[in-house]
Amino acid sequence: MNGKANSTIAIECLRYDPQADETPRYQTYEIPFTDEMSVLEGLQYIKDHLDGSLTFRWSCRMAICGSCGGMVNGVPRLSCETFLRDYYPEGLRLEPLTHFPIQRDLAVDQTDFLVKLRSIKPYIIPEAPKPVSEGTFLQTPQQLDEYYQYSQCINCLLCYAACPQYGLDREFTGPGALALLHRYNADSRDAGKAERMGLVNADEGVWGCTLVSYCSEVCPKGVDPARAVNQNKVESTKDYFMRFVAPRRNR
Amino acid sequence: MQIIQSDVVIVGGGGAGLRAAIAASERDSRLRVALVSKVVPMRSHTVAAEGGAAAVTRTDDSLQYHFDDTVAGGDWLCDQSVVEYFVAHSHEELVRLEHWGCPWGRQPDGHINVRYFGGMKVPRTWYAADRSGFHILHTLFQTSHKYPGIKRYDEYFCVELLVDDGHLRGVLAIEIATGEFVVFEAPSVVLATGGVGRVFRQNTNAGTVTGDGMGLAFRAGVPLRDMEFMQYHPTCLPGTGILMTEACRGEGAVLTNKDGYRYLQDYGLGPIDPWPRPKAMELGPRDRLSQAFWHEMKKGRTFMTPGGPAVNLDLRHLGAKRIHERLPLIAEAAKTFSGVDAVKEPIPVCPAVHYMMGGILTNVRCETTLPGLYAAGECASVGIHGANRLGSNSLTELVVFGRVAGEQAAQFALAAPRRAGSVLRQAQPVADRLLAMLNTEKGERLATVRDEMRLSMEAGAGIYRKQETLQETCRKLVELRGRYRNGIRLDDRGRAFNTEWLTAIELRNMLEVAQAIAHSALERRESRGAHQRLDHETRDDENFLKHSLACSRGEEEPRIEYMPVTITKSSPRARVYGGEGKQVVLT
Repeated sequence: MNGKANSTIAIECLRYDPQADETPRYQTYEIPFTDEMSVLEGLQYIKDHLDGSLTFRWSCRMAICGSCGGMVNGVPRLSCETFLRDYYPEGLRLEPLTHFPIQRDLAVDQTDFLVKLRSIKPYIIPEAPKPVSEGTFLQTPQQLDEYYQYSQCINCLLCYAACPQYGLDREFTGPGALALLHRYNADSRDAGKAERMGLVNADEGVWGCTLVSYCSEVCPKGVDPARAVNQNKVESTKDYFMRFVAPRRNR
Repeated sequence: MQIIQSDVVIVGGGGAGLRAAIAASERDSRLRVALVSKVVPMRSHTVAAEGGAAAVTRTDDSLQYHFDDTVAGGDWLCDQSVVEYFVAHSHEELVRLEHWGCPWGRQPDGHINVRYFGGMKVPRTWYAADRSGFHILHTLFQTSHKYPGIKRYDEYFCVELLVDDGHLRGVLAIEIATGEFVVFEAPSVVLATGGVGRVFRQNTNAGTVTGDGMGLAFRAGVPLRDMEFMQYHPTCLPGTGILMTEACRGEGAVLTNKDGYRYLQDYGLGPIDPWPRPKAMELGPRDRLSQAFWHEMKKGRTFMTPGGPAVNLDLRHLGAKRIHERLPLIAEAAKTFSGVDAVKEPIPVCPAVHYMMGGILTNVRCETTLPGLYAAGECASVGIHGANRLGSNSLTELVVFGRVAGEQAAQFALAAPRRAGSVLRQAQPVADRLLAMLNTEKGERLATVRDEMRLSMEAGAGIYRKQETLQETCRKLVELRGRYRNGIRLDDRGRAFNTEWLTAIELRNMLEVAQAIAHSALERRESRGAHQRLDHETRDDENFLKHSLACSRGEEEPRIEYMPVTITKSSPRARVYGGEGKQVVLT
């Protein structure tokens, strides 16, 4: 094992306070190293003992809340499930997620994603109102499988940092929100697909995707947004031809 | 200072807060509902709940069984009229989550599947794999977008309730991005801020679980009830405290000590066979299992890991397919955070602080003693958990009582007259005091005081307690509050996104709530549920069949009072697990 007694590791962090700094800079911290330490624990060590002004988000520390995404040596990762041992002894460089405005240091402004999430109507739109007294919908395990994978998005935004198209064009709805759009369209309880197709078909919808699929590679939850987007390209094509043969509902 | 006018302010965007916001908005869509949270709602700690949510579902189950399991599980310290309301409304709330899209596990024919949890006579836990809290939270969060009346204020940190001559006027918050103070003025406020596990060293809780709402209510004169009852979850990863859900055992996992022996049979939970059977061995309640670990450790029958002593949680006999289908998050987390392949090896686990049974005193309508102030979820003590919560009752609690709190707060806001006079009179002195923290030149590092608090709570108010160690913890907390008052020196002096400043403000809440926990525990000279005293080993119904109330005395230590327990139909008797029983098939 590479964890030697009294060994340390260098973490280089991007620092930027828009109120005080003209441009971002880098600051290196030397911290004690053990095999078990995550990158997040490294950051917490810095905050507790070396520099309380270093700013980053974190919460669950078990890869489910989606707070702690950042660039580790240029790759989008959750810092809680990335381990210092994989960067020892060379050290590592931490930067905020790319393609988002920096709020401070490693914390980015998530507003754009939240606006996009709202735009895809991320809720069940039922065929008809169903009173609770009627009990649950029936949904077989096979029907659950149709969308379950896409429901596992933790909104960590790693896929947006990985997406070259989003980097070029902030109007692009992007992998995470499109995966969630597909999650609702593919749910047997939902009848809102027609309402969402406008967004799918639009310039900023699925056709913005250039099929790089790096989003799916970096996704920590195996959501595979690239697959969701491409299934919707098929849907969008069908939708295009259907409009010549059938009058549209719910437009 | 900006003043934002609302009708209902909801503090906290986890399961209870989101359900309350939806309920308030459904009560009257014209109401201005402000959902104020220190994190974007989907980051809230509800996200980490794994196992599932309880509701009577099968034909062989009944409301009486759910009631009996809950009251016995709580060692008769539950308010039984509230438990009756809870069990009667659980199923409809889980159905509502289903209608909103929650991906609950299903039977082949499309009906909801349920599984066993500890202390259950009949399986009644609805689950969404082992990410139930995650799916409930995202379902509620995404569904909340349907309601135009709900206006979210993400990453606003509430620092004080504003009370004017006994009348609630709103809350004072800090907009995290800018560090500016904002007043949310409203006649009614719902606190849904979650638990306080971070006052202990080893815990399952997210970093955000710092007892904020409890601190706010406590300082405003609202009692904290039953704070001595802190639940240790028996199966967590040593060192990090990451939770290995009770659903592991609900699916059939077993616990063995360093000799491969199923030690629970030595602690009133056996015999082993026939296995599995409800309410026995690994399907016993959390308090009993955590206490059994403590005894095994004292006997030298645990083994050492880099994170501390542990026993084995063994899933291997379930097989790869069932593990990956029912417990995917567990398999993933064990691999990532312990380097263990749960299909091939047992997972080393130990108890860690998990859940606060007590909290802000409310009645069944989620009303506190301050008119207009409501509380729901883990921050509240509505009365269903007693001395030990049953697994699966808290996720259901979020939606059952989140809804009640939202509806009641809406009702109150519709009827309440608006008060004259500027609310800034209450807000400005608090803001000035908090701003002064940024300029403290002398003082200690935040982490020093925080870490000493955590170690002291673990040493004095852990799984087993006694007078001397509790007194030492109480003394230590007085010292730490004094040191906090003398000054915490912050490295970060700016206002924008100053998380060090926010953490220092949280620490004040934590220290005050820690005192409530330690003093409530010191005064309860009996053993009941999660509160076990080495110097008072048995339950004492004659003197302690009553709720404790911790009342704030400002900078002084809290005063402990008591109130009666509501008993409607179940008189206290011995709490029995294990023993005879029929073998069952795990669904």
